[in-house]
Amino acid sequence: MSALQDEAQPRGAKIKGNKPVDQLEAANRFIAASAHQKMHDERLWDLRKKRDAQMHLISEWEELRELASDIKSHTLDHLADYLEEFERNAKANGVHVHWAKDAQESNQIITDILKEHNAKTLVKSKSMLGEECRLRQHLEENDIHVIETDLGERIQQLDHEDPSHVVVPAVHKTRTDVSKVFVKTLNAEQGNNDVHYLAETQRENTRPYILNADAGMTGGNFLVAETGAVVVCTNEGNADLSANTPPLHIVTVGIEKIIPKMEHLAVFIRLLSRSALGSPITQYTSYFRGPRKGGEMHVVLVDNGRSTRLASKKFKAGLKCIRCGACMNTCPVFRRSGGLSYGSVYAGPIGLILSPTFNTHKYRNLPFASTLNGSCTNVCPVKINLHEQVFAWRETLADEKELSLSKRILMTAMGKLLAHPKAYRTAVQTGDKVLSYLPHFVVYNKLNAWGRQRDLPPAPKETFHSWYAKNYKNKGKTDE
Amino acid sequence: MKVGLFIPCYMDALEPEVGISTLKLLERFNVDVTYPFDQTCCGQPMTNTGCHKEAAETEKLFVKNFAEFDYIVMPSGSCTNQVRHHFDAIDQTKEVQHVRKNTYDLVEFLHDILKVDAFPWATFSHKIAIHYNCNALRGLRHASMSERREPFFSKPKDLLSKVKGIEFVELERPDECCGFGGTFSVFEEGVSAKMGQDKVMDQHRSGAEYVISADSSCLMHQKGCAMRMGVNLKYAHIAQILNGDLS
Repeated sequence: MSALQDEAQPRGAKIKGNKPVDQLEAANRFIAASAHQKMHDERLWDLRKKRDAQMHLISEWEELRELASDIKSHTLDHLADYLEEFERNAKANGVHVHWAKDAQESNQIITDILKEHNAKTLVKSKSMLGEECRLRQHLEENDIHVIETDLGERIQQLDHEDPSHVVVPAVHKTRTDVSKVFVKTLNAEQGNNDVHYLAETQRENTRPYILNADAGMTGGNFLVAETGAVVVCTNEGNADLSANTPPLHIVTVGIEKIIPKMEHLAVFIRLLSRSALGSPITQYTSYFRGPRKGGEMHVVLVDNGRSTRLASKKFKAGLKCIRCGACMNTCPVFRRSGGLSYGSVYAGPIGLILSPTFNTHKYRNLPFASTLNGSCTNVCPVKINLHEQVFAWRETLADEKELSLSKRILMTAMGKLLAHPKAYRTAVQTGDKVLSYLPHFVVYNKLNAWGRQRDLPPAPKETFHSWYAKNYKNKGKTDE
Repeated sequence: MKVGLFIPCYMDALEPEVGISTLKLLERFNVDVTYPFDQTCCGQPMTNTGCHKEAAETEKLFVKNFAEFDYIVMPSGSCTNQVRHHFDAIDQTKEVQHVRKNTYDLVEFLHDILKVDAFPWATFSHKIAIHYNCNALRGLRHASMSERREPFFSKPKDLLSKVKGIEFVELERPDECCGFGGTFSVFEEGVSAKMGQDKVMDQHRSGAEYVISADSSCLMHQKGCAMRMGVNLKYAHIAQILNGDLS
């Protein structure tokens, strides 16, 4: 406990304009904060275990994943049709529907709606799309006061830090970290890091804002084309408060969140919370089909690079994502690095494949923050081939000359050496056996990266190759 | 049955004894094994870094060395996965297709092709934990995977169960990646080492005396961590156990 109280919260990646984010540098700082790292790893592994337990309760689990994947693939193949169907039905329900081609346009549309209604305060539930578009920052620049109503998201807002995880935005923070933020911002008692006290402090602070807000905003987990409904899943009920208390409800949602029919919704609802938190269902699953009496409802459908991704054969599958975060929970690299080390709105395996679609140069290191172990692909409820896409991204980065210099030099040298048996054999057989053991692991590496925290096995007397040559005479030898 | 033996590059240089165990084990089953002399590497370091063009010549060389054999066998699930699933940098000629289709990891070859039912020469009276290389597990399907809802199976465990004396122990996180990851181990050293240390502690808590795997590369990383941490655990390749070289 004392380690947790004394240890300062490690901060995320250092962002330097368009320069490639150094994920590893931030990950190393996270690992050095050992109490934080351990807590983070254990919290997320616990979610993974709960997810596994839920999976074992459902005999048709793998069929459900297959079905969800098929529905998403089908929908993506007919995306325009379903979006137009949604628009027609939503309009018929009395909803205003807007189309935004990118973040800037989306932010402008939302600002205009708020200004038309003379809205000065906005209560908002969690939306990754909002983060993607930097919506809160944009609104604040336009003198609109935004209050996040999700507990984790509110903590992050008050601490001027991005969410570190799509489902549990403050999972990298200890209770003590949260207490320190609340002491500074909500006038909480110094040193009181009781969870109930902290949650209650936030609640007491946020409720008046909700009651008096001019407008409310939610994201959307699903759009149902046939009914024109928006579905929002939360555990705190904060989306319902944000949507139902103020007279104006704005929904911001990515165009890939559409599904054709209500009957499809059941498939995703069964998978979403089980995959995310290992609970059978979220506490609140709300269907917004139109404005309340006397109220107004707007849905902003945002593209922001999604159509471009849709046209990419290689990376289209990323659009199936339902933002459950299961890939992050299972990812051994994510659990050791912390979500903020990625320096991107989307972290973990899904972040590795989405981030470079927004800015290939800036996020070129992310696809290497993976061992390609494939656990992410296995937990994904919509069967995105995550680790294969990470692998494919590496090839794309090499093709686009976005590999780091050290990787390029090393791989070119190795490619040549390994294609020439005689030169290779000379390199292995001569000199010190341990150092000659693979130029690619040790010799070419600037700081003996292998040896910093690991020993090398003692060097054997001879290679297998030499042993075989001695013991099997000429078998296997080529004519020379 | 003509079998070409591929010995992974790191094993050739650092763990020749595993190569020898593999060869001797195969010979016990009257398999005609040859080790082609001009072999180097499977090309995985380049391919996994995205450098497919740089891997092309190494892939070609591999095919040239092994096209003449009925089967290509190697004591590594990871290298097998590379040959079978990632030899895409070169034209898919008949030879390439033949090599891809007939390359087997030692465990698969014993379990699925030779269908070995006994290792009467082997006794190993120890508590062991099995380590699954991620490519062997999720690429080759050596065993059922903890993330999926599927019946339990394990080819390495099936084989090891035929050795007298073994007591199996389970890890808390049975198939979490150990953090080796090929070039990941040096390019992303800090995260790699942390994952390795956590894996070693899980193995230590399990009560295992030995960790046994079909892949030496992961073991080299884990052993390197364990030695530095001062944790008393032994690591061995499955070939050494099945051939009775360790007891």
